[in-house]
Amino acid sequence: MVFNFTAFTYIVALIGDAFLIFFAIFHVIAFDELKTDYKNPIDQCNSLNPLVLPEYLLHIFLNLLFLVCGEWFSLAINIPLIAYHIWRYKTRPVMSGPGLYDPTTVLKTDTLSRNMREGWIKLAVYLISFFYYIYGMVYSLIST
Amino acid sequence: MSAYNQNFVPPAAAPANGNQGSSLVNGLPGAVPHQQQPPQAAAAQQYLQQKAQPQLQQQQQQFQQPPVPYPGSSNNSSQPPPLQFNSNIVNKFLPPSSTSANNGAPPPSTLPSHLRPPTANGPTTLTNGSNGANSANSSRTASPGLMSVPQQGGAPPMPQNTQYAHGAPPPAARPIQPQSVASLTSNMHQMNMNRTNGQPSANTAPTPQQLQQVPPQQQQQHQHPLANPMTGPFMGNKPPNLNPSASRVIGSPPTGGAQPVPVPASGQRIMYGGTPASNDQQNNNLQRAAPPPGAGTAWPPSLPKAAVPGIPPPMQTQPQAQLASFAPPQPQPQAQSAPFAPPQQYQYGQAYQQPLHQPPLPQQQQPAPPPGMFGAQTSSAPLQYQAQPPPPSMQPQGQHPYAQPQPTSGPPQLGAPVPLNVAQQGFSRLWGQDTIDLMQNRHILSPATLPAPKVVLHNQFHESINCSPSIMRCTVTKIPETNSLLQKSRLPLGIVIHPFRDVNNLPVIQCINIVRCRLCRTYINPFVYFVDSKMWKCNLCYRVNELPEDFQFDPATKTYGDVTRRPEVRSSTIEFIAPSEYMLRPPQPAMYLFLFDVSIIAQQSGYLEAACSVLNRHLDEMPGDARTQVGFICYDSFVHFYSMAEGLNQPHEMTLLDIDEPFLPRPDSLLVNLKECKELVRDLLKLLPKRFAHTHDPGSALGSALQVAFKLMQSSGGRITVFQACLPNKGPGSLEPREDPNNRSAKDVAHLNPATDFYKRFALECSGYQIACDLFLMNQQYSDMATISGISKHSGGCVHHFPLYQKTKQHMVDSFRMCFKRYLTRKIGFEAVMRIRCTRGLQVHTFHGNFFVRSTDLLSLPNVNPDAGYGMQISYEESLTDVKTICFQAALLYTNSEGERRIRVHTVCLPVTSSLPEVMHSADTEAIIGLLSKMAVDRSIASNLSDARDAFINATIDVFNAFKIAQNLPSGQSGQLIAPRSLALMPLYILGLLKHPAFRVGTSTRLDDRVYAMDCMKTLPLDQLMKFVYPELYKIDVLIYHARNSNASTTEEDDEEEPLPEVPRLQLSAEHLDSRSIFLMDCGQLIMLYVGLNVPPDVLEAVLGISSTAELGDYVYGLPHIVSAEYDILQRFLLRLNYDKPYSALVQIIRDTSTAKGQFIERLTDDRSESSLSYYEFLQHIRAQVK
Repeated sequence: MVFNFTAFTYIVALIGDAFLIFFAIFHVIAFDELKTDYKNPIDQCNSLNPLVLPEYLLHIFLNLLFLVCGEWFSLAINIPLIAYHIWRYKTRPVMSGPGLYDPTTVLKTDTLSRNMREGWIKLAVYLISFFYYIYGMVYSLIST
Repeated sequence: MSAYNQNFVPPAAAPANGNQGSSLVNGLPGAVPHQQQPPQAAAAQQYLQQKAQPQLQQQQQQFQQPPVPYPGSSNNSSQPPPLQFNSNIVNKFLPPSSTSANNGAPPPSTLPSHLRPPTANGPTTLTNGSNGANSANSSRTASPGLMSVPQQGGAPPMPQNTQYAHGAPPPAARPIQPQSVASLTSNMHQMNMNRTNGQPSANTAPTPQQLQQVPPQQQQQHQHPLANPMTGPFMGNKPPNLNPSASRVIGSPPTGGAQPVPVPASGQRIMYGGTPASNDQQNNNLQRAAPPPGAGTAWPPSLPKAAVPGIPPPMQTQPQAQLASFAPPQPQPQAQSAPFAPPQQYQYGQAYQQPLHQPPLPQQQQPAPPPGMFGAQTSSAPLQYQAQPPPPSMQPQGQHPYAQPQPTSGPPQLGAPVPLNVAQQGFSRLWGQDTIDLMQNRHILSPATLPAPKVVLHNQFHESINCSPSIMRCTVTKIPETNSLLQKSRLPLGIVIHPFRDVNNLPVIQCINIVRCRLCRTYINPFVYFVDSKMWKCNLCYRVNELPEDFQFDPATKTYGDVTRRPEVRSSTIEFIAPSEYMLRPPQPAMYLFLFDVSIIAQQSGYLEAACSVLNRHLDEMPGDARTQVGFICYDSFVHFYSMAEGLNQPHEMTLLDIDEPFLPRPDSLLVNLKECKELVRDLLKLLPKRFAHTHDPGSALGSALQVAFKLMQSSGGRITVFQACLPNKGPGSLEPREDPNNRSAKDVAHLNPATDFYKRFALECSGYQIACDLFLMNQQYSDMATISGISKHSGGCVHHFPLYQKTKQHMVDSFRMCFKRYLTRKIGFEAVMRIRCTRGLQVHTFHGNFFVRSTDLLSLPNVNPDAGYGMQISYEESLTDVKTICFQAALLYTNSEGERRIRVHTVCLPVTSSLPEVMHSADTEAIIGLLSKMAVDRSIASNLSDARDAFINATIDVFNAFKIAQNLPSGQSGQLIAPRSLALMPLYILGLLKHPAFRVGTSTRLDDRVYAMDCMKTLPLDQLMKFVYPELYKIDVLIYHARNSNASTTEEDDEEEPLPEVPRLQLSAEHLDSRSIFLMDCGQLIMLYVGLNVPPDVLEAVLGISSTAELGDYVYGLPHIVSAEYDILQRFLLRLNYDKPYSALVQIIRDTSTAKGQFIERLTDDRSESSLSYYEFLQHIRAQVK
């Protein structure tokens, strides 16, 4: 039972992942609200857009920690998502502020359903990795 | 004779103004050239009757009970054209309905069938369908004796003719009266049959659509051998099919009736072949016709079979054999008459409604056809429909068949090849299922403008008036049942809509509570189901709602009791005056703010002068009430405000220097009440052009000007009109030139996307405050339309583009003045929202147009104008297997310029089908093109231009592939490209799109022009979009000829309203040009007159006032004023072309040798150019791809 840097990394990852899960849930809820007409797309985009970069940065930060402490497997399972994030942000519509969502297109059925799907998938990924981080934390604590 | 006919016939064939009602009349005269007087009399009678009919009908309606005259008997009187609509609408869509009503009059007109006592509805139709004996009798009597009657009462036949006006041959072709009458009656029969078809399906018919198709196919089979002796397999198929059909016929008379129709068509072809054909088509026909004789030998065997059922047609296949063949049919007069008779009963009417694409007709045969038949038949169906409508001029020649002796008795008509010929051409088309081999028929553009395909509804609603196709049109007139079926058809599903179109006689209702569904908020419409007099069932969500008490009251007659007389239930386009629940705030006044770019480039172009003078002149005509306010802001590197406060004798200018943090210099008197300060405003408008005449400021601070304009309008909402002449280069929102002028013809076009989202964000902000921005871009050089137009795209504004505007170019000034005048004086709706509702199971997938989408089905339109069109892609949420019809309802809530809140509601109802061929045959090519072009614009912005181009081609290939599969055609290269009639024009239009400035590559196109063209694709209403994509080309010799002819016979001159002759529409190919004629090309906002080199001097003198073409300059705009009959008729023709346009087009006259000729040639999209395929090559490309 040693509290080493790896264990610390996993604990941070757990906390960070909990935030990511909240982000994902918020994302899903927001798009569901759009779909059911509760919210004006302009407002909704204004509330969603500022959250996009923090989420991506938090995720990348966790993986930097994994990189530093050499948790290659944990890093590997996250790399596809990082790549997706980068691609997503590079192909975002022309906009001056940070964020991804353009109120003029966000209500297109295609965009809407894609965003919904993305939200659910990310939620699932974060949940699974959450449990994996618990396992990784416990493993690193008892392995020595 | 022929010459005379050329002039005469066309008018007859196609009513001058497209009014189908009149067309009816015309049809007659055309049919009976000999006795012109009588026809006219007849026509007059028809008119009278028609006029009378409405009244009749109304009365009937009042009684609310459908004094349903039975089909046969009722034909004469029953027509009830619903009066509610205004003439405009009437022209476009009443006709169908009225016609339908005419035939179908028996049905209690507007009374929704569901309301009718069950006995009235179902039984009636049932009897029609099944009651052989009655029908037979009626038919018999009808054919000989009724002839005159049916014609009048049975307005029906005529409308059909008109529908096919392009194909018009039938009407035109009948020279001899008796024959014409005969043919008419035969028409009637056939029509009846059609009706029969339709109705059974609705009423009795358990087995609807699949079976429906049987008949046409059978026909085609008949034709088959003739047309294509070569195709062995088909021949093989034929006999089996025939037998079933025969059995059907025997079993059920109606089918027998149906069959005769088809065959004749083939016979007709032969005739055409026989006649000397000057036209290519006819040549084609000839060639094809040649085989038939050979086929004829094949025929006889089949003949007996056919004969048994009482199918006369086979004989007609061989014109020569006709007489001989007559014998067989006559022996069985009863059999024949019987088949026909039932149709008679059906006079009812769907015949009219049935457009070319109507498959439902076939339904008659339901009883007999084994389901299995379908596949086999379809396989045979492919038969190309070769007989193309010959150009009107040709028709006379085709007539000679008529000369043949005609049997006098009624039944013989059927047997008689002659009338059938005429009729059949039209009728085979009527069946809607005919196909065309595009490779063989290169000249597929019909001579007249194409009518929108009509929607035929099930019996329940068949007399309800659907929304005018000019307002709302769906890409298919029959909705596929499931998404998978739609995918199989490869057609895009969507609607194109022109919601705020100017219509006359719009029914406007003011009531305390507007009846809407409580669940989905649908407005009550003609397609709802009345459970009883207190309840109605929503046709979109199927909730049963209560009717308020006062809905029983009929405001027109001031009586109680009949729900169905309410205008809401009688008209599918209606406007409500909304009560206060529909206002979030008091209706805003009309607010207009004008932003003028006064930088040096703008001054050089000199637009300000024209704009101010037009404004000055039309200040009083701008829509608005006493509260109307106007304001003006000019901007170069700084922003100049004009205060017109009370007490000032002249406007005060204030200049804002801090353009990065713009603010309003004073809170009031920048926007002033127009009525109170009119003099000051006028002064200002006179001063403005001079005020900046000598500035040399190169800056243009558009962004700052917009921001202050926004602050100015924020409190009220309204309209900001921006005149921009150069790239905004100062202050917020300044832009860099992005276009590389050397790369204008490159394959891939960059920079279609906005460079910054400044303008988009501005527009969104505006739309939140009910402000719309309209943009007039009069640029000299690249001005980044893609970015700047964002202010209009997302705020519900409009964009106008005048590239290279110069005050020295008079034509540009003229066209700008006309455009701006229209812009100022047209109607306007403020703070509008539009919601599109669809029947449960469908949803709007994507919207196209200028607006902001506020929720999944709600568009925010800060301003709505009458020239804006929208498109919506529709997708499935669930399958529609358990519904018969679906509806789309567009409701536009707006504040008019008088401060009244109003709701304009359009409802369109479409039948649902489960059969793939039916879907394909019901396609509406124009709407499809409209939707595809919008989708392609999205594609080229989201991806790139070449993707969009590929998508066009792939869409075409997919559709033809799908059709091939649907028809079970043999795969592999057959040298044919079989298309359903409904989609025959698709490759032509797609090619037009590929060569359009919006999508072309390889030709130098300025980026701004391209972006503007794309914007037009998104926002033009469909009728203008089609002219934009595929201009209309006419040879106006016919007009001149007509003018001279009527001059010669000046005795008839007393009638000023004499209809214009039908001018055949030509495909856009140089092969139609010749040096002795004048051609007219209508491109929407520009009309080009192309004057050949050898036009006779007298014509030049009469039309253009010159003695030789050499007197024409290179760039000549506008027609001179000349007093001559030819000039008058040309003017009238132009008037007709301009009738539907927002403002009349500029006329450009192009001499054959002038340098402007390139503009004309460039638009001949059927021809090959350096970088693009010709139409024929394009077809070959598609054929090669279709497997």
